[in-house]
Amino acid sequence: MISELEQFRNETLAEGLVKAIRRYDGRPVSIMEVCGTHTMAISRYGIRELLPPNVRLISGPGCPVCVTPSFYLKSALELCRRENTIVATFGDMMRIPYKGVSLLTEKALGRDIRMVYSPLDSLDIARQHPDKTVIFLSVGFETTVPVTAIAVLEAAQQGLDNFMILSANKTIPAAMHLLSSDPEVAVDGFLYPGHVSAVIGSGLYEELAKAYGIPGAVTGFDPADILGSILYVLEQIRDKKATVANLYSMVVQPGGNPIARGKIDEVFEPSDAVWRGLGQIPGSGLRLREKYRAFDAWGLINGSVEERDEEAGGCRCGDILKGKCLPSDCKLFGKICTPETPVGSCMVSSEGTCAAYYRYQ
Amino acid sequence: MCLAIPGEVTSVSGDRAVIDITGIRREVSIALVDRVNVGDYLLVHAGCAIAIIDKQEAVDTLELLHQLAGNIHD
Repeated sequence: MISELEQFRNETLAEGLVKAIRRYDGRPVSIMEVCGTHTMAISRYGIRELLPPNVRLISGPGCPVCVTPSFYLKSALELCRRENTIVATFGDMMRIPYKGVSLLTEKALGRDIRMVYSPLDSLDIARQHPDKTVIFLSVGFETTVPVTAIAVLEAAQQGLDNFMILSANKTIPAAMHLLSSDPEVAVDGFLYPGHVSAVIGSGLYEELAKAYGIPGAVTGFDPADILGSILYVLEQIRDKKATVANLYSMVVQPGGNPIARGKIDEVFEPSDAVWRGLGQIPGSGLRLREKYRAFDAWGLINGSVEERDEEAGGCRCGDILKGKCLPSDCKLFGKICTPETPVGSCMVSSEGTCAAYYRYQ
Repeated sequence: MCLAIPGEVTSVSGDRAVIDITGIRREVSIALVDRVNVGDYLLVHAGCAIAIIDKQEAVDTLELLHQLAGNIHD
């Protein structure tokens, strides 16, 4: 199996795909990748530099940390200052600045904030500290949500009542509809997320392609995956077609992973959600169902934080997340906003568009 | 954030499995996947398998990519 997987990084295959892409002589096109892991791979492998001038790649809102609005961070900071509270979080949430403060600066002040690799790890922390409330900062798309759902179900089964989550979880399809229909976002084709699709399936992209006439490909993360998907989209545009190819069928089924989808549905229900840079998208968020509301840390906030997203002065993360401008168009980029001193969220996470551009270009 | 890595199953016990990722062994949850066997390759995200990797589909996709690249002439 490993030898098959390694072939997706085969140089000869990648060269052949690049040559075929360079033969594209149609109108100039913009293809959007909708996954932060793709953004990172495209930058790391230098794929943008291999493309002809009439093929432009733009990055969409595919990094969960980058689309998390500022009021969420404000709430997380409020919670970490509570008595007898441990905040558990994925690492890339640690450095997002909110008015000069971050979870990292709070940790330096002595707050109990712990980085975890999995929501399941925060359950272990809750078991070890029955006298404290453990709050997991639940950000992420459909890839991560089923794992959080398992954690909530396990806590419910075991009567672990000192475990809670603060959900900023979001779902990709509603954002895809918004991006496809926004006249300001001129997208001619999509590279669909591989691991989100492993959970939700590739079927719904067919509907999107039909509704908006925009072709796309579900793709993996190696050079041949990404180049092959770009080539497929270009051929569709050339032939005036709008279908979707599943070029990651080794893990993506048309209906996705029914067990994972079932767990999401058992624990969460759709809600409206604010996306940084995109605003409020109806039905694009997930909140805990009534049955599991005891695990909902939003109940501790009591509406004391206004649901707004404030962008730092001069930061263009919002336009960058819509693919309306490139990081280099932002006057802060690379000057006062760097991975060491991030101003906007696209520079904080390693898979943010600005961070990927800064690191590799 | 949605990063996931492949690993080979070396043992299975209930809803947990031990996988080998390039020589490193780690226990993961298999609560989200069905019928896991030793020797299967799992795609693991945040300590949890989200899919079993289908080898035949990988082979078919490679063939399709070669066709797209024009490396195979029917």
